[in-house]
Amino acid sequence: MDSSRRQILKFFGISTLAMSTKPLLDAFAADPAAEGAESKETFLAGPEALKARQWAMVIDTREFHSLEDVEPLIEACHSIHNVPNLPIRRHEIKWIWETEYKHAFPMKGARFMAEELEHRPFLVLCNHCENPSCCRACPTQATFKRESDGIVLMDFHRCIGCRFCMAACPYGARSFNFRDPRPFIAETNKKFPTRAKGVVEKCNFCAERLAVGRLPACVEASEGKVTFGDLYDPDSPVRERIKTNYTIRRKQSLGTEPSIYYIV
Amino acid sequence: MLELAIRGSKKYYGWMLFLLSIIGVGFFFYLKQLDFGLGITGMSRDVSWGFYIAQFTFLVGVAAGGVMVVLPYYLHDYKVYGRVTILGEFLAIAAVVMCLLFIVIDLGQPMRVFNVPLYPSPNSVLFWDFIVLNGYLFLNLIVGWNVLEAERNNVHYQAWVKPFIYLSIPWAISIHTVTAYLYAGLPGRGFWLTAILAPRFLSSAFASGPALLILLCLIIRKTTNFDPGREAIQTLAKTVAYAICLNVFFFLCEIFTVFYSQIPEHMDHFKYLFTGLHGHGAYVPWMWASLALMLLGIILLVNPITRKNEGVLAVACVVIFAGTWIDKGMGMISGGFVPNPLHEVTEYIPSVPELIISLAVWCVGFLVLSALYKIAVSVKEEVGT
Repeated sequence: MDSSRRQILKFFGISTLAMSTKPLLDAFAADPAAEGAESKETFLAGPEALKARQWAMVIDTREFHSLEDVEPLIEACHSIHNVPNLPIRRHEIKWIWETEYKHAFPMKGARFMAEELEHRPFLVLCNHCENPSCCRACPTQATFKRESDGIVLMDFHRCIGCRFCMAACPYGARSFNFRDPRPFIAETNKKFPTRAKGVVEKCNFCAERLAVGRLPACVEASEGKVTFGDLYDPDSPVRERIKTNYTIRRKQSLGTEPSIYYIV
Repeated sequence: MLELAIRGSKKYYGWMLFLLSIIGVGFFFYLKQLDFGLGITGMSRDVSWGFYIAQFTFLVGVAAGGVMVVLPYYLHDYKVYGRVTILGEFLAIAAVVMCLLFIVIDLGQPMRVFNVPLYPSPNSVLFWDFIVLNGYLFLNLIVGWNVLEAERNNVHYQAWVKPFIYLSIPWAISIHTVTAYLYAGLPGRGFWLTAILAPRFLSSAFASGPALLILLCLIIRKTTNFDPGREAIQTLAKTVAYAICLNVFFFLCEIFTVFYSQIPEHMDHFKYLFTGLHGHGAYVPWMWASLALMLLGIILLVNPITRKNEGVLAVACVVIFAGTWIDKGMGMISGGFVPNPLHEVTEYIPSVPELIISLAVWCVGFLVLSALYKIAVSVKEEVGT
């Protein structure tokens, strides 16, 4: 090998190395204090935006008796978020849905429970965990916990569709677009993005509504059966409900600290 | 040396064309998958990883298995392996190529794969898997290529290669450890949430990788003028024998903990795989077959009379490869997803396009392997070892 060729190769080698290690070094050397203000808070909250340290929800399951009671909540969510209605169950996408007690709380049921409780519809959705295993698993930070209010969000444009987050979620809260969902959206809400095939999606605690001062769609549709508020504000409505009622959370023992509380 | 890969007999060209034709068919189905989405597979919301990720997991093992010849040769100067070390390294290269392909075809948005190095996330095990797999590929390319080229030129390989050789040994362990950590750290997936998973993966790797290597050695001896040597094959057979014993032992350790403790969240996955759960049991015959094959492999390989008979040895290697493949390439992934986190049973059966695409990736691996082995064997024939 003559010397000029060797030099060119060396140059390319070093520049490739430099290019590939730079983001790596950034990741390890990131100083949260220095970048916090500008680079992380790219969304400007509006003047009416609702704020919290950690949004949380209390679902009073005693108020839900039949499918008619839960359907308006599911419908409210799925229609404004362009959640498709896919014909094959394998491809199903759902942000919030109802299930029986034994599926919402596996291994937690008493034997010979009251029939009413056994068949009561339990709403399940993303728990917006305080210690989310899905965000830990994501290789691109496409799913992340928003520091300002604790919502676990998805960047549909960054997601590579590896589905590691789906394996990591102990609540089955995540769905994957196994095909183009757009033909299966009854009526597209132009104010919220539709998704492409090949990305994961889930409940976003209506981050887009909170930003303009509105409560999540399911909370609004529940007519008081679901309470929403800041878990760390002692005067918030959720704190009031948690204090005055015995509540349980799904799979508390896993240490994910789910933010959805259930009054049973 | 690359020219050696394109100069060959009619048989060699025929074999490569045969592989290419299957790859072509698989590529056609992959284009369909790109167009439609992963919905053409059997995967679902509940079983969100399937055949692709299972093949990836199994093949990481085959790749790591290469270290079972590299370690004795370079670390303990076990000269007998001088003839087969390059075969082990090249097998690792082909296996890692398949692994990377299986990951990419499993992505919903494969064109975004470079988001992984672009947004490095040290908390994600997948990020580390990306690093260790690519690293292992390059280590084996550097080491294999340089050592073989030196052999061709009748010189000792250069001193700078040595550190890469030493590095490749723990690196081989790391690729399968990290792959096990993909699963073993997920809360709420009782089947995988066990510290024995990485040791289980490694033991099955050190059985399946060398078993395949023995079969490849036997094929090379039959079809070329290069003989990897009876002693090398016999020593490898002992490695396979101990590794498969360990694999079954680790499996039984897991079974004990799961069933003696009687914790349903851990038991139900095993029940699903081995007896069926709530009327679903598609994998039951496969899992028992896997166990039977591994036990048969132990009998054939631990017993010196059967091990020393190369015909029986070949059968034993096929049996062990098949047994470990079913265990990891079928049961290990879907077993972890059934029942799902809500304790519902959704079964996963791979679809035909999914199987064809997977077969095509295997063929890519064998294409790479055949080209690399053609080079290695030609060099060995040239220098007349």
